[in-house]
Amino acid sequence: MNKHVMDKAIGETRLDRNTQGIIGKGVDRYEGPLKVSGRATYAYENLAGEDVAYGFVVPAPIGRGAIKSVDTSKAESAPGVLAVISGDKILRASSQPMAPAAQTIDGEVFHYNQPLAIVIAESFEAARHASHLVTADYEPKQGRYDVKARETVRKPDAMPMEPVNERGDFEKAFAEAEVQFDETYTTPSYHAAAMEPHASVAKWDGDRLTVWSSCQLLETNVKQIAAGVGLDVSKVRLHSPYIGGGFGSKLGIGPDAVFASLGAMTVGKPVKIALTRQNVFQQTSRRGETVQRVRFGATKEGKITCFAHETDTTNSPGNGFFEPSGISSVFLYPGKDRRIAHTIVETDALMTSAVRAPGEATGMLATESALDELADRLGIDPIDLRRMNEPKVNPQDDTPFSSRMLLECIEEGAGRFGWGDRPQKPGTRREGEWLIGMGMSSASRKNSLMKSSAEIEMSPDGRATVRTSMTDIGTGTYTILQQIAAEMLGLPLDQVDVELGDTALPASSGSGGSWGANSAGSSVFVAAEAMIAELAKRLDVDAETLTLKDGHAIAGNRQIPFSEILKGEAITVLGQIEPGKTDEETHQASYGAHFAEVAVNVVTGETRVRRLLTVGAAGRILNHKTATSQCYGGQIWGIGYALEEELVIDTRNGLMVNHDLAEYHVPVHADVPKLDVVLLEERDTHASPLAGKGIGELAIAGVGAAINNAIYNATGVRVRDYPVTMDKLLSQLPDDYLTAA
Amino acid sequence: MRPFEYARAGEASEAVSLGGRFIAGGTNLLDLMKLQVETPDKLVDITRLPMRDIEATDDGGLRIGALVTNSDLAADKRVRDDYPVLSRALLAGASGQLRNKATTGGNLLQRTRCGYFYETSQPCNKREPGSGCGAIGGFNRIHAILGTSDKCIATHPSDMAVAMQALEASVETLKADGSTRTIPLIEFHRLPGDTPEIETVLEKGELITAVRLPKSLGGTQIYRKVRDRASYAFALVSVAAIVKMKGGEIEWARLAFGGLAHKPWRDTAVEDVLKGQAPSRALFDRAADALLAEAKGHGENDFKIPLARRTLVSVLAEATQGA
Ligand SMILES: Cc1cc2nc3c(=O)[nH]c(=O)nc-3n(C[C@H](O)[C@H](O)[C@H](O)COP(=O)(O)OP(=O)(O)OC[C@H]3O[C@@H](n4cnc5c(N)ncnc54)[C@H](O)[C@@H]3O)c2cc1C
Ligand code: SF4
Repeated sequence: MNKHVMDKAIGETRLDRNTQGIIGKGVDRYEGPLKVSGRATYAYENLAGEDVAYGFVVPAPIGRGAIKSVDTSKAESAPGVLAVISGDKILRASSQPMAPAAQTIDGEVFHYNQPLAIVIAESFEAARHASHLVTADYEPKQGRYDVKARETVRKPDAMPMEPVNERGDFEKAFAEAEVQFDETYTTPSYHAAAMEPHASVAKWDGDRLTVWSSCQLLETNVKQIAAGVGLDVSKVRLHSPYIGGGFGSKLGIGPDAVFASLGAMTVGKPVKIALTRQNVFQQTSRRGETVQRVRFGATKEGKITCFAHETDTTNSPGNGFFEPSGISSVFLYPGKDRRIAHTIVETDALMTSAVRAPGEATGMLATESALDELADRLGIDPIDLRRMNEPKVNPQDDTPFSSRMLLECIEEGAGRFGWGDRPQKPGTRREGEWLIGMGMSSASRKNSLMKSSAEIEMSPDGRATVRTSMTDIGTGTYTILQQIAAEMLGLPLDQVDVELGDTALPASSGSGGSWGANSAGSSVFVAAEAMIAELAKRLDVDAETLTLKDGHAIAGNRQIPFSEILKGEAITVLGQIEPGKTDEETHQASYGAHFAEVAVNVVTGETRVRRLLTVGAAGRILNHKTATSQCYGGQIWGIGYALEEELVIDTRNGLMVNHDLAEYHVPVHADVPKLDVVLLEERDTHASPLAGKGIGELAIAGVGAAINNAIYNATGVRVRDYPVTMDKLLSQLPDDYLTAA
Repeated sequence: MRPFEYARAGEASEAVSLGGRFIAGGTNLLDLMKLQVETPDKLVDITRLPMRDIEATDDGGLRIGALVTNSDLAADKRVRDDYPVLSRALLAGASGQLRNKATTGGNLLQRTRCGYFYETSQPCNKREPGSGCGAIGGFNRIHAILGTSDKCIATHPSDMAVAMQALEASVETLKADGSTRTIPLIEFHRLPGDTPEIETVLEKGELITAVRLPKSLGGTQIYRKVRDRASYAFALVSVAAIVKMKGGEIEWARLAFGGLAHKPWRDTAVEDVLKGQAPSRALFDRAADALLAEAKGHGENDFKIPLARRTLVSVLAEATQGA
C-alpha cells in the first residue's frame, strides 16, 4: 500500500502539469445519466421484485415520560402483520455521526413522537395501518422545551470542536474598550430536509447481514448498525451507492437501518423501511436552537481589540454534540483578548446533530451581522472594517494560515457586484413598493483532511477502476474521483470507472464536513502514484520521467499503450492519505465573500433576494461545474436561513409543529434569483496532495447574514432573531407605504 | 391509514347513491387519510363523472364543473378575460403539480392547515369535538383573526374560494335523495362557533356538481397574496378585489379575504365604506377599520392585523389608481 502522510507541503504534481487536460474541467456527472433516467438505485429501491416485508415505525405521542407498558396485541392480529417489535432495541433517533451506537429508548420517551415500536407487515399499507393500533401506557413527565428558559445547562463534549477557546482576559479588555458592541442573536432549530427520506433494506444470510441504507459515513455507520443489532461488525456489509441528499442528517445511521435489520431477523425475510416525511422530521436529528451573544471591543477608528462569541445551544439527555456556532470565530476575527464558548441547554426534544455547515451556518448569521452593525455604528463601510481587521496569523494561537484569500475574495466581489452603488444611508432607495438594499458578509469554513483509502485496478486492456467505500451525496464525488484518476494516469475520462458506497471496498473518510473531495480525492491521488510506480517498474524507468497521456506511457522517445505494458495481467494498487504535521503547523480554511441585493416590500415586509454573488477561494478546484453547483446549493440554503427556515417546537409539550415540507419552508425556485459564483485560482499546498480544500459548506457560511445586512440597508430595520420574516419587520416599516400614482 | 372500501362512480346519481366519501384529486383527502386525521370507511371515486366542462350560462356567466382542475380553470380564456381575479388566485395557490390534480369541488372543501389538526395526538375540536384546541396558546402564526370562537381559530386555506367569494359565485349540488340545490358561496362555509367540525352547509353525501359565476361585472380585478415565501406557501393574508370606478369615484367594490378566517371572508360593511367615495388614503384606512373592527390576534398571529390593513390599503390604492 502506498501511504501519504501530510507532513509537509506538496510540491509540483501531475495535477499541476495537467497533461490529460481533465483536472479542474467542468465535466458532466459520472452517474448523471443513471440518476436522470431512474436507473440509479437508491436504498429503498433495492431487492425490487423479491419477497420482502415492510416496516413502519410507531411514534410515541407524548413529549417526555416513562413507558409503563406497550400493547401490541391488536396490531399483531391486524391483517398482513408479521411482527411487532418493541422493547430494549428500539432506538430513540439517528445516531450521532461518530458515536459507536445510536441511543436506545430504555423504557422512556425522550421526545415527542420518538420511536416506540416497529410493525413489520406484508405491505407498507398494512404496516402503516397497524402502527395506529399499537398503544402504550405512559407516566408522563414535564419536559423542558425552551432554549431560553435554560432549565438545565451543561458542558458539551469536545465534539465537533473544543467548546471553550480563550486567550487573554476578554472581560477586562472589553470593559476598557473605547467602543463596546454587545448584541444577542438567535437562530431557530433547523431540519436537514434532504429529498430522499431515511430508508433501509436489510437482508440476512445465515448470521451475515447486508444493509442498503442512505448513509454518508459508511465506516462508522456499519459499526452503528452492528451495535444496534448486537452483531460483530465483520458480519455486516453496508451499501450506499446513491444518496438523495444528506445535509448532515445521514452522518449517523437513521433508526431505519437498525429497525429493518431487526425486522428482517424477526420475520425471516428481507425488510424495507422508509421513514415517512413526518417521521424523518421527528425521528432522525435536527440542528439545535442557538442564542448567541456577540461582543466586540474596538477603537473609534474601528480596530477590533477584543472579541467574544458565546453560544447557548440545545441537545437532549445523553448527547454531548453541540452546534459549534463559534467554529469560524476562533480564527476569522482578531482581538488579543478573546473568548469563544458554547454551553448546552438540555431540552427534551429530538436530539440535535450536524446540519449543513454545523457552526458556520448559525454562527456567521450572528457574527457577520454583528460586524455590519459595528461598521454602521462607527460610520465605516463594512468592507473597510474587514480590511482593517484582517489578522496575519491565527489569532487564537498565532499559527500561520496555510493560505487565506479572504480580502481578495471581498475585493473581487465588491468590484463585480458594484458595491460602490450601495445606498449609504439605510432605507433610502425605493422602487415603487420595494425598498432596495445591499449587504455583504465574509465566508469561511475550517478545512479538514481525513484518513481515507482507495484502490485502483488497471485491467489488461488499460482501463482503470477506482474503488473506495466513499459516498457521493449528490456533491459530485464520483466525477472528481474519476477526473483525478484520469488526470494522474493519463487516461481519457471514459476509460475510468468508479465504484463507491460499499463497505467491502477500501475504507474511506465518507462525506461530511466538506472533507470528502479532499480526503477521498487524495487517496485516489496516492493510489495513482502507486500505479504509476508499477508501470514505471515494468518499463524499467524512473516514475518521475514518465509522462502518461491518452492511455500511453511516454518515456524518452518511446510511446507504449498501457495494454502493452500490462501484458495481459491486471494491476491493483492501494493508496491511503493521512493528515499529518501540516495540520498542526498551519491553520487551514477556505474563504469567501457574499454579496446580496434585496428588495423588501414596504407594504408587507416580504423580502425578495434580487442578486446574490459568492466569491470563493478553496484551493484547487477539481471540477468547476460541480464545485459551482455546490456553491449554488450553499447560496440557496443561505436564502432559507435568512428568510424562511424554522423548525417549530411547541414549548408547552415538545410537539414538532411543522413536520412536513408544506409547512417547514425551504427556498423554492421563485425565491432564488440568478446566482453568481466566482472561484478564485488558489493552491493550498499544505491542505492535501491535491492542494485543494473543502468547498461545499463554504458557500453557506455567511450568506444569510449578507441578506440580513441587505435588509437592514434597505429598510433601516435590524432583525437579530432569524429567520427575518415579515412580522419582524412590519411594525418598523414606514407608514407612508403607498406609492404615489 | 385505515383500510377502506373503494367504489368508482360513472354517473353523479350513482355517486350519491353509493354512500361514501367522495374523492376527486385526492391532494388533500389522501394526505389526511395517511395520518388518520380522516378515516372514511368508503371512498367513492368521482373522477370519471362528466363534470370537467366549463360552460357559458344563459345569464352570461360560467358554469364550472366540479372536476375542472385548478390548472384548467386558471388557463381558460373566458376566465382569464372576464374573471382575471380567479385566474390569479388559482395560480397563486399550491404548485403546478398540485393544481394539475386539484379540482374545483375539492378546493372548496379542502381542510385547514392547522398543525394541531394534523397531529392526532393533540387536542383539536375540529378533528375530535370536545377535545380542546391545541392552537390556542400554541403556535398559531397561520391562524384566524376574524370570526373565531374559543373552540377553534383555524383558517380556510383556499385561494380559489376567496376570488370566487368576491365574484359572488354559487355552488350547485346533488343530494343523496336526487334533489339539487344552489347555495350562494357566502352561505356555503360556516364559522367555527361551537361546532368547528361542521365546516359547510353540505349535508352528508351531498355532491358538488358545479360552481356558477354570474355575468362578469368588469372592473379592475386584483388578487394579492402575502406569504412566507415567493410561491408554494399558503396565504397569511390575501385580498381579492374587484373595483369599479366612475367619474373619479368608486362606483362599487367587492372584496374578499383569505388567511383571516374559517371561511373565505367577505364583509359588505367594508364595501359600503367605499361605495360612491373618491379614493384616498383616509378612505382606505376607514375601510380597513371596518374590516378589522372585531379582529383578534392570538399571539403568534397578531401581525396579521396590521398586515391585513396594509395589504388592503395597498390593493385599494392599486385598484383605484389612475381614476
Ligand atoms: C403542499 C400543498 C400546498 C398547497 N397550497 C395551496 C395554496 O397555496 N392555496 C390553495 O388554495 N390550496 C393549496 N393547496 C390545497 C389544494 O388546493 C387542495 O388540496 C385541492 O384543491 C383539493 O382538491 P382535490 O380535488 O385534490 O380534493 P380531494 O383531496 O379529492 O378532496 C378534498 C375534499 O373535498 C371532498 N370533495 C371533493 N370533490 C367533491 C365534490 N365534487 N363534491 C363533494 N365533495 C367533494 C372530498 O371528499 C374531500 O373531503 C395545497 C395543497 C398541498 C398539498
Ligand atoms: S384551531 Fe381549530 S383546527 Fe386548529 S387545533 Fe384548534 S380546533 Fe383544531
